[in-house]
Amino acid sequence: MIIPHPLLGPRDSQEFTYLGDASLIDRPDWQAEGAVDLFHDYLYLRDNPAGAHRELWFHEQGDRSWLVVTRDTVTHEIISAELARDVARARGRSK
Amino acid sequence: MRYSGFKVLKEALTGHKGWTPAWRDPAPKSHYDFIIVGGGGHGLATAYYLAKIFAKSSIAVLEKGWIGGGNVGRNTTIIRSNYLLDGNEPFYEFSMKLWEGLEQDFNFNAMVSQRGVLNLCHTDAQRDAFRRRGNAMRLNGVDAELLDTEGVRRMAPFLNFDNARFPIKGGLLQPRGGTVRHDAVAWGYARGADSRGVDIIQNCEVTGFRIENGVCKGVDTSRGYIGAGRIGVAVAGSSSRVMAKAGLRLPIESHVLQAFVSEGLKPLLPGVITYGAGHFYVSQSDKGGLVFGGDIDGYNSYAQRGNLPVVEDVCEGGMSLMPMIGRAKLLRMWGGIMDMSMDGSPIIDRTDIDGLFFNGGWCYGGFKATPASGWCFAHLLATGTPHETATAYRFDRFRKGLMIDEKGMGAQPNLH
Repeated sequence: MIIPHPLLGPRDSQEFTYLGDASLIDRPDWQAEGAVDLFHDYLYLRDNPAGAHRELWFHEQGDRSWLVVTRDTVTHEIISAELARDVARARGRSK
Repeated sequence: MRYSGFKVLKEALTGHKGWTPAWRDPAPKSHYDFIIVGGGGHGLATAYYLAKIFAKSSIAVLEKGWIGGGNVGRNTTIIRSNYLLDGNEPFYEFSMKLWEGLEQDFNFNAMVSQRGVLNLCHTDAQRDAFRRRGNAMRLNGVDAELLDTEGVRRMAPFLNFDNARFPIKGGLLQPRGGTVRHDAVAWGYARGADSRGVDIIQNCEVTGFRIENGVCKGVDTSRGYIGAGRIGVAVAGSSSRVMAKAGLRLPIESHVLQAFVSEGLKPLLPGVITYGAGHFYVSQSDKGGLVFGGDIDGYNSYAQRGNLPVVEDVCEGGMSLMPMIGRAKLLRMWGGIMDMSMDGSPIIDRTDIDGLFFNGGWCYGGFKATPASGWCFAHLLATGTPHETATAYRFDRFRKGLMIDEKGMGAQPNLH
C-alpha cells in the first residue's frame, strides 16, 4: 500500500505504524457527565466498517507525523490522507 | 448412514453406489426455537451440541455462502491448550479434551493428530516466561514439558541452533497439541447436526434482525423472514458487520491473517514448531506441504488477502529458524479475516437485546476452540447461563477491568 503523504508525497505503508480508527482523536472530557461510559466506548468499541475507513497512521520511519488515512477495508485502496493535526484542529481540539 | 471400515469395504466391492449425501438441503421453515447465524466450525458445533447434549430440537443454521467456506477452511489447523491465564486455560483444555474424543463422537474422520506443539525460546527471560506458563498449564491439569537445547535438538535437529543472535535455549512442549483436518471438522459437525434434525440452510444471508421492545423475534434473510426463540450469532471475522444490523458496536476490529503452504515434501517436521524470536510457526500436513504463517498484517481489513511486507516477514522468520525451508517452493498463500478483540480473548455472551446471543472475537485462535466454543455457546443458548469454563468471556469485562490479556498489550487489537 502506498500512502499519499500530504507533505512528503507517496510513501510505502511499511514506513508507518498503524493505530486504528480515527475516532481515537475524539478523546472524551474526563470531567463530563458519565465519563466512565464515554471512556469505555471510546477505548473499547469500534465501528469496524467494511468499506471506507478513516484511520490513524504514524509515519514512524519518516517525518513522525500522524496522518488520518481514508482507506477501503475491502480492497485496501487508499482514498486520501491528511495530517491528523489538521483533522483534530478542525474538530476543535488544541485551540 | 454410519461410516465404518466395513462400510468402506462393502462400497468398494459394490461400485460405491451406496453413499448418500452427508446432510440434507432443507428449505427454511417459518419459525425455529434456535437459529444459529453462521455455518462455520463454531456455528455448526453449536448446533450439534445443542441437539446432542442439550436435547433441543427445532434448530436451524443459516449460512450466507456454503458451510465451512470461511475461517474453518482458511486456518492452519493447529490445536493446543497452552495458555497462561485462568480465564482461558480451563476453556482451551476443555476444547482439547473434546478434540480427543471428537471423531468417535461424531463418527467422522477429522484426522486429529496429537503430534505435539513446541514453542521455542531464545533468551533466559523467555525461558522463565515459558516455565511460568508451563507451570500454569500443569496447575490446570494440562501436559507441559520444558525442554533444554539438547531436548529440542533431539526432536528437531534441522533447526538453526547456531544463530548467534537468536540461539535456541529450549522450548515449551505440549505433547497433546497437534493438528486436525479443518474441513472435516465442519463436515463432521454438519453431518452430526443434520442427523439430529438440525436444518442447515446454505445460501441464506441474514440481512437484518427483527427487534421489538428490546426482544429479538427473528431474522430477515435473503430467503425470507424466519422467526426464532433464541438467536446465536457465530460469524467471527464478520461479527461487527452482522451485529451492526442489530445496532450493536463491538470491542472488535477485523484484521487479515495470511497463511502459506509449500509444495509436498517427505515427512520432515515432527509436530508444530513456533519461533520465539520472530513471528513464524510451521507444521507439516499429511499431504507433505509445510503449512506456515506469522503475524497479522496489522490494519483493519475484510479483504481475505494480505500484502507483501508480511509475506517477507514470515519468510524471513522461516529462513532464520530453519534455513532449509528456502529450498521449498511456495504452493499457495491466502488470507482470512480475524475478529481481533480488545484484549486478545473471545466473547461468548448474551447481548443487551433479549434472545440475541453472541459468539466471536476469536482473534487468530478460533480453530482450536471450535468444540468448546460450540459446547459453551450451546450451553448459554439452552440454559441462559454461561458454561463453567467460559464465565470470563463476557462483554462487560472491559467495563469492569477484567480483561484476559495474554500478551499484556492493552486495547490495541493489531498487537494481540
